[in-house]
Amino acid sequence: MEIFFFLLFAIVALACALNVVLQKHPISSALSLVGVMVSLAVLYLMLGAEFIAMAQVVVYAGAVMVLFIFVIMLLNAGAETRKGGSITAQVLGIPALLAFFAALVFLITTYYPGLSPVKFGDFTGGGAREIGMKLFSSYLLPFEVTSVLILIAIVGAIVLARKELD
Amino acid sequence: MPDFITPYLIATLVKTAVLAGALMTTLAYLQWIERKVIAHVQVRMGPSRVGPHGLMQPLADVIKLITKEGVIPADVNVFFYVLAPFLAVFMSLISISVIPFGPPVTVFGYTTNLSLADPNVGILFVLAISSMGVYGVALAGWSSNNKYSLLGGLRSSAQMISYELPMSLAIAAPLLMAGSLSLREIVNSQGGYSFGVLPKWAIFSGPFPQFFSFIIFMISAFAETNRVPFDLPEAENELVAGFHTEYSSMKFASFFMSEYSNMVTICCITTVLFLGGWHPLWPAALGSNFVAPALFALAGALCFLHGLNPARPLDRFTLPVFGLVFFGLAGVFLVPIVVTMFMPVFWFVAKTGFLLFVFIWIRATLPRFRYDQLMSFAWKFLFPVALLNLLLTALMVSLVQ
Repeated sequence: MEIFFFLLFAIVALACALNVVLQKHPISSALSLVGVMVSLAVLYLMLGAEFIAMAQVVVYAGAVMVLFIFVIMLLNAGAETRKGGSITAQVLGIPALLAFFAALVFLITTYYPGLSPVKFGDFTGGGAREIGMKLFSSYLLPFEVTSVLILIAIVGAIVLARKELD
Repeated sequence: MPDFITPYLIATLVKTAVLAGALMTTLAYLQWIERKVIAHVQVRMGPSRVGPHGLMQPLADVIKLITKEGVIPADVNVFFYVLAPFLAVFMSLISISVIPFGPPVTVFGYTTNLSLADPNVGILFVLAISSMGVYGVALAGWSSNNKYSLLGGLRSSAQMISYELPMSLAIAAPLLMAGSLSLREIVNSQGGYSFGVLPKWAIFSGPFPQFFSFIIFMISAFAETNRVPFDLPEAENELVAGFHTEYSSMKFASFFMSEYSNMVTICCITTVLFLGGWHPLWPAALGSNFVAPALFALAGALCFLHGLNPARPLDRFTLPVFGLVFFGLAGVFLVPIVVTMFMPVFWFVAKTGFLLFVFIWIRATLPRFRYDQLMSFAWKFLFPVALLNLLLTALMVSLVQ
């Protein structure tokens, strides 16, 4: 049962990810990205990370991508025309990708030989309580630094937006 | 019997069927109730032609909408145009599945919860689904290739993103008191009575009564469901009909269905978070179990009274029938086994029904906001107040512990 759902959502995630690149219209690409994020959320859920799964949907699919789509609609961006692309990319693209994946698999299996495949249902520390404890004890500094980073981004956005007025 | 047919599967199938049937009937009749209530607020009759008191009106509307021609206008983006109503309905129907309607019941020796699912991140699931709901409206507005639809869709996305913030903050405060994200746990934490009579619902009890957060949540709920006074996405004097201008037939009806379904869900969530779910208003020892029979008997008596002095000739026959039905329901709610199994459900439905009435009441009462007022209200008033309420709640909860 788990392997069936894993395959289903893994395939959906990959198909949507391909669709992001292949679609000509920005709205179609953005919605495919939503599909990727929701499928990833389901995979998180199956791995036992309920809180991360829901946060993934709330933050990425629900807020970030809505803003993306909002901006695309507001700019009324039309379908893009497909340029030829470079010959090098066309010829070497797929072989280079395969080589890269092969190298990645080789490196991982060489340097971490003890790794075993993930089993669904093994992990139970994915609730809100556990993540909250970790966030405010072991990872307090990265957490606070990230919030300062976001604050800087907000201030920067306001400064940039105010410049237009005068 | 094949061994995949477990009691769990059968129970889940039965519960799904019952819940889906009840929800669909509620959605159909909610529109009838809304039209009737608004009509009586405005001293009109409301629908009264189809069936006694217009009770067959929802059926007539559904037949009309199904048999109407579904026009797909020229130059729309057909894929997204058809996808949008599906998304809207799907996202609004699915979150009902985590709502707990009552404590566990035992039927034929099998104990089951009166909810379809109880994930331990239930409230986050509801938030996630409600934040996805904006896609239906936004895509409908964009794919229609109509500037009024587009403006309606954009308004709706901006409004829903803005009001999600005070809503999440308002939700977080009662969660602090309950100490759990599971909806069932939240309801369980509100059981019991202080001083023997006052229920320990989130708006009454705890270290910091969640009255303000209840009000903030209700205001945001109006905005999230695009209801008056926040129905700017469909302001007809500015935008024709907003995001669903170009829709017809069942696709048009789906948007209405999703609006009503969102209303039902958000009223259920309010009941769970703030009004103690299925816990009665006062203890059963003081006779709260007799509220349901008394209410039904009162309704039956009223029906008979009006049947004796009929306002219209037909009332002489229809109202006594309704009266008998109500008396029958009153009798049913006196049977002990029904009391233990369905009295919590009665209280849940009563609270949710009252909140739905408030939604309709406010629609009949308040005028619409202006768009800049709507945004400044969300960001300059509601958000800071919700934040303050959350900080105060956190302080009180930590002081008590």
